[in-house]
Amino acid sequence: MMKQKNKAQGRTVKYKTGIGDRIISVVTYVVYSLFAFVCAYPFYYIFINTISSNDLSQRGKVLFWPKEVHFHNYQQVMKIPDLFSAAKISVERTVIGTALTVVIAAFLGFMFTRETLWKRKLWYRMVAATMYFNAGIIPWFITMRNLHLTNNFWGYILPMAVQPFYIILCKTFVESVPKELQDAAEIDGAGTLKVFFSIIIPIIKPILATVAIFAAVAQWNAFQDTLLLVTDSKLYTLQFTLYQYINQASSLKALVNNTTSSASLAASLAHAQTATSIRMTVTIVVVTPIILVYPFFQRFFTKGIMIGAVKG
Amino acid sequence: MKNFFQNKRKVRGFKEFLYILPFLALVAVFSYYPLYGWVYAFFDYKPPFPLSINQFAGLKWFKSMVDNPVKTMQILKVLRNTFAMSGLSLLFSWFPMIFAVFLNEIKCVPFKKFVQTVTTLPNFISWVLVYSIAYCLLNSTGVVNSVLMNLGVIDTPQLFLQSSSHVWFKMWLWLTWKNAGWSAIMYIAAITGIDEELNEAARVDGASRMQIIWNITIPSILPTYFVLVMLSLANFLSNGMEQYFVFENAFNKESIEVLDLYVYNLAMGSGGYSLSTAISILKSVVSVLLLCCTNGISKLIRGEGFI
Repeated sequence: MMKQKNKAQGRTVKYKTGIGDRIISVVTYVVYSLFAFVCAYPFYYIFINTISSNDLSQRGKVLFWPKEVHFHNYQQVMKIPDLFSAAKISVERTVIGTALTVVIAAFLGFMFTRETLWKRKLWYRMVAATMYFNAGIIPWFITMRNLHLTNNFWGYILPMAVQPFYIILCKTFVESVPKELQDAAEIDGAGTLKVFFSIIIPIIKPILATVAIFAAVAQWNAFQDTLLLVTDSKLYTLQFTLYQYINQASSLKALVNNTTSSASLAASLAHAQTATSIRMTVTIVVVTPIILVYPFFQRFFTKGIMIGAVKG
Repeated sequence: MKNFFQNKRKVRGFKEFLYILPFLALVAVFSYYPLYGWVYAFFDYKPPFPLSINQFAGLKWFKSMVDNPVKTMQILKVLRNTFAMSGLSLLFSWFPMIFAVFLNEIKCVPFKKFVQTVTTLPNFISWVLVYSIAYCLLNSTGVVNSVLMNLGVIDTPQLFLQSSSHVWFKMWLWLTWKNAGWSAIMYIAAITGIDEELNEAARVDGASRMQIIWNITIPSILPTYFVLVMLSLANFLSNGMEQYFVFENAFNKESIEVLDLYVYNLAMGSGGYSLSTAISILKSVVSVLLLCCTNGISKLIRGEGFI
C-alpha cells in the first residue's frame, strides 16, 4: 500500500498498488529505455566513430565509446570543395526560404481575417484547397522547366513560399487576438500595413517561431526538389551530396585518394580517410544543425501540432 | 455620407486585395497551373519538344495499362507493394497510441521528458539521413554485424540493405523509427485533456492502473485515433517516394517500388512522361474519392468531418 496526499482535499487517500501495477511500472521503464536507446544510439554510434581511429572503426571495433580520439575526419571533410559549396546552398535556401515562408504566412494569415478584404472567402479557399490536391511530380516538373526554374536557386524557394498549413496556423492565432486592438489603431488612422507591422506581428510572435522552425527544418531536409530540378552541381544541397556519397562509391573513392595523397604521406592508418569515415562525418555534419536547434524549439513543435490538430 | 464610408471600405478592401495578389499569383502558378500538365496524359509527349495537336493520343495511355500485359503486371506489382506498405502502417497504427498511453504512466518526469525528446528527434531528420544512418549501422563493418558476429549469431557479415527479404517489414520499421514518437505527441495532448477527477474517482474505487488505462484513458483518446486512421486511409495510395527512393537498390527493387516511386522512375528513368502522368491522374482521382469516403464515414460516426 502506498500513501499519497490528495492536495485538493487535504486528506490522505490510500491507493491500491498491487503487484500487477508494480510489474507494469518496471516493464514500462525497461521498454521505454529501450525505445530511447534505439532512437539515440545510432547518432551516438556514428559520432564516436567519426572521432575514433579510422582503422578501428573500419574493422567495427568502435561500439560504445570513442577509441584513440582524433579530429582529422572533420578537418579533412572541411577541405572537400563540393561539400563547402553544398553547405552554402543549404544554408542559403534555409535562411531565405524560411524568412519568406514566415513573412507570407503571417501576412496572409492576417489578411484572411480582414473582413474588408475583397472576396476574402474565395481567396482563402483558393489557398487552403491546395493542401488537398497536387498535380503530380511530372506536371510539376514540366511547369518548373517552363518557368526556367530548373537549375535555378529560386526553384528551391518560390514553390515552397506559400504554405497553406502555416497560413491557417497564423490565421487561427490572429483570430484569437481581441479585435478591439486593431479597431483602436484604425481609429487612430493606422492603415492595413501599419496594423500588421505594429500590432499583429508583435502579438503573434510565438506562432511565428513555430512556423519558422517547421519551415527551416523542411528547407534543410528538402531532397526531392534537388533530385528533380537540379543537374548543375553548383546548386547541390548537403542532403543531395550526402545521398551521392552513400550511393556512388566511385566518386567517393576518388575523393579518398585525393585527400589522403594531399595529406602528409606519414598519415597513419588511424587517420587515413576511408569511404565509411567520410560518409559518417558528412552524416554528422548534416544532422548537427537539427540536433542543436531541436531541444530549444521542442515546445514550439508541440504547440504547433496541437493547434494544427484542433484545426485540421 | 453612408455611401461615402461604404466606398471607402470598398477601396480599402481592393487595396488589400492588391497586397495579397502577388502571393495568390504564386499559389496559382505553383499549385494550379501544374494541373494543366494533366493534358500530357492524352498526348504522345516527347520531352524536349513542345506539344502539338498531331501527337494527340486520346486514351491510349490509359488503355495501355490494361491492354499491355507487361504494363499490367508491373502496375499490379507496384499496387501490391503500395497496399502492403500502407496496409502495414494501418495495421500497426495503434502503436503510437499505446506508446503515448504507457509513456503517460511514467511518474518520473525527467525520464519521461527525456524519452519524449529522444524518440521525437528522428522525425526531424530527412530520409536521406535516415538512409545514411541505416547504412552506417548495417554495412558489413557496422555495429549490427559486429554485435551479431561477436554473439556468434552469424559467421559472415550480412548486407541487410542489399537484400530482397522482408523489405516491406524493414521499411515499416524505419518508418516507425522515424515517426512513432512524433505521432505520439497528438495522443499525449489528448491524454492531458482527460479530466483528472475521473482518474481520481476510479482510483478511490480501487481500480488498478490497467483498469484505468483500459476504461478511462483509451476510450478518451479513441476519437483522436479514429481521425488519424481515417486520414491515413485517405492517403492509402500516397506513401510518398522519398523513403523508398533512398532505400531502393537493384536487390530490393521488386518489393520496394510503390506507386509514387513508380511514377517517378517511369518518367525520369525511361522517359514515359505521358504514361506516368496518366497513372498519377488515376491516383489523384482515387485519392479524392477515398478522402470523400473517409470524410463521409467520419461525419456519420462522429457527426463532423475532418476537411
